Amino acid sequence: MTVESTAARKPRRSSKRASAANKPQSSEPQLVQLLTPEGERVEHPEYEIDLTPDELRGLYRDMVLTRRFDAEATSLQRQGELGLWASLLGQEAAQIGSARALREDDYVFPTYREHGVAWCRGVDPTNLLGMFRGVNHGGWDPSTNNFHLYTIVIGSQTLHATGYAMGVAKDGADSAVIAYFGDGASSQGDVAESFTFSAVYNAPVVFFCQNNQWAISEPTEKQTRVPLYQRAQGFGFPGVRVDGNDVLACLAVTRSALERARRGEGPTLVEAFTYRMGAHTTSDDPTKYRADEERQAWEAKDPILRLRTYLENAGHADEAFFTSLEEESETLGKRVREAVRAMPDPDHLAIFENVYADGHALVDEERAQFIAYQASFAEEGN
Amino acid sequence: MAVQKLPLAKAINESLRKALETDPKVLIMGEDVGKLGGVFRVTDGLQKDFGEERVIDTPLAESGIVGTAIGLALRGYRPVVEIQFDGFVFPAYDQIVTQLAKMHARALGKIKMPVVIRIPYGGGIGAVEHHSESPEALFAHVAGLKVISPSNSSDAYWMMQQAIQSDDPVIFFEPKRRYWDKSEVDTEAIPGPLHTARVVQPGTDLTLAAYGPMVKVCVEAAAAALEEGKSLEVLDLRSMSPIDFDTIQTSVEKTRRLVVVHEAPVFYGSGAEIAARITERCFYHLEAPVLRVGGFHAPYPPARLEEDYLPGLDRVLDAVDRSLAY
Repeated sequence: MTVESTAARKPRRSSKRASAANKPQSSEPQLVQLLTPEGERVEHPEYEIDLTPDELRGLYRDMVLTRRFDAEATSLQRQGELGLWASLLGQEAAQIGSARALREDDYVFPTYREHGVAWCRGVDPTNLLGMFRGVNHGGWDPSTNNFHLYTIVIGSQTLHATGYAMGVAKDGADSAVIAYFGDGASSQGDVAESFTFSAVYNAPVVFFCQNNQWAISEPTEKQTRVPLYQRAQGFGFPGVRVDGNDVLACLAVTRSALERARRGEGPTLVEAFTYRMGAHTTSDDPTKYRADEERQAWEAKDPILRLRTYLENAGHADEAFFTSLEEESETLGKRVREAVRAMPDPDHLAIFENVYADGHALVDEERAQFIAYQASFAEEGN
Repeated sequence: MAVQKLPLAKAINESLRKALETDPKVLIMGEDVGKLGGVFRVTDGLQKDFGEERVIDTPLAESGIVGTAIGLALRGYRPVVEIQFDGFVFPAYDQIVTQLAKMHARALGKIKMPVVIRIPYGGGIGAVEHHSESPEALFAHVAGLKVISPSNSSDAYWMMQQAIQSDDPVIFFEPKRRYWDKSEVDTEAIPGPLHTARVVQPGTDLTLAAYGPMVKVCVEAAAAALEEGKSLEVLDLRSMSPIDFDTIQTSVEKTRRLVVVHEAPVFYGSGAEIAARITERCFYHLEAPVLRVGGFHAPYPPARLEEDYLPGLDRVLDAVDRSLAY
């Protein structure tokens, strides 16, 4: 009996696929791959994708611009404009591939590193920088782009995604929800509880785990004794491991999982096998805990490079495209730089704003006291 | 049937029923809240009448209950979740403190979190460990949460209505040893503001401030004191966050003495906050330091010892005497 059959309600095309991808692996787990590190397009028996050259160039553009934005943010932190930055370097394919599988009405619950997903949802990149600069804790309206606020507490958002998906099902909508988290988060109780709840209620949610091999300094071996995608089996829904540096495979696998959710067949766990090329954040020093050889090995699997090779070899993009994209990247970098430098500090009284929706007597009292305290300096000045 | 005499648990049940009837977005969630109607039967009959989609038996995972309630609220629902007992709320404490309480501020007001968390609390029922605690201060300390507790059936009914209508997360502490106490509920009354204290009975010599299960004890203490010619004013605070300090201040300016009573440990408890603020507000009116009566800085004891741990009539009167002796 496959894991899937326990959750079955309607006949569906995906059962054969998912169960095949879900077979227990005795040694090295199989990775869904559609584009090799060398840029060679390969077929997979369970997942297929057929994109136009325009769509392929679009994915490439998304990844390049996201990496450029990410690099700019790292620089801005080094210049003191941001207090911290969590780089997504190396994870562009996992994020762009999965996010481009989403429909507008789908809903995203990100961690604090989903800059590529935010980009695909149409969130202005500068919006992401407010919390890292220290002017707010997020602040954007999640309903504008169906992109929830960044969640810093590890794994918490997987439960929010599950609850939201339960609501989608109650509403009879065919939207899907995607919850991002990492290999470290997979150890959190909230993630396990979100697996339980989503399975029990058959919630239309895709759990997208970017296994970037490192939770700050701890390798995945410190989080799990089985490949993470296999965890899904115990909860009664399919799990699949995809090459997280292959944007095509990430797109195809996520799309399939989202369709499954839409059909009312419940959750799927996607483990995108990727690598955190940079530090955990700008405050981290990976030389303390990992060898550079490992990083170099992953560099050869770079998500952007392999798609570029493919685009060039297939004749899907010419020099003009790459040159123009280079210019667009620089423009984006400049725009982000200027926007961050121009970002004003919040008003002092913002501390007391939005603590409660319906107000609170103590907040009002402390605001009034603080205003009077500040005014006392002005009086002294006179 | 506007006015009827109901046990406190039934008053909450009627209030939940009314909310389910009037607002299709209201959901009930929790462990055993469905067929069983909750271990205290507070949700009795609701799943039968409103279905499993609205009265939801959840997996046995408190963080999951609150975490998914947050997600449902983001989708536009108004979940009312039950934590089965006070001592079991802690797996959900992370979701409540880091997510539920802060979501509105984190989104600069663009998200609202109309989630009610019902927690049967307090001792006096001879229960085993983790079933008798009073953790309200741990929630009142957190900005973004509102914390309330009714002491009688009418408040139980109306405060629940108001909590569900609130766009802020509300921790609703239910005095479990008063679940079976009957008092009148007027379901057509016009309730006063949610976060206000109530003068239960006026007096002139000393103010007793309490909430939840201890209001009844304080009323009994006032009756006993009256026999000795002492006139005590009893306040039912009803709300621990925010606290209606104005009503306490008005009372203390009249009586000049204040004793705060709660089951929760005195150390860092709500009595400490009240003592500090009332001392600031009423420094020149006070004839005695604000005294507190409550639990000890020890784990809630085995049931055979809870009579010693819980502030009963004599311990309240002892504090009254000490205050009046100044």
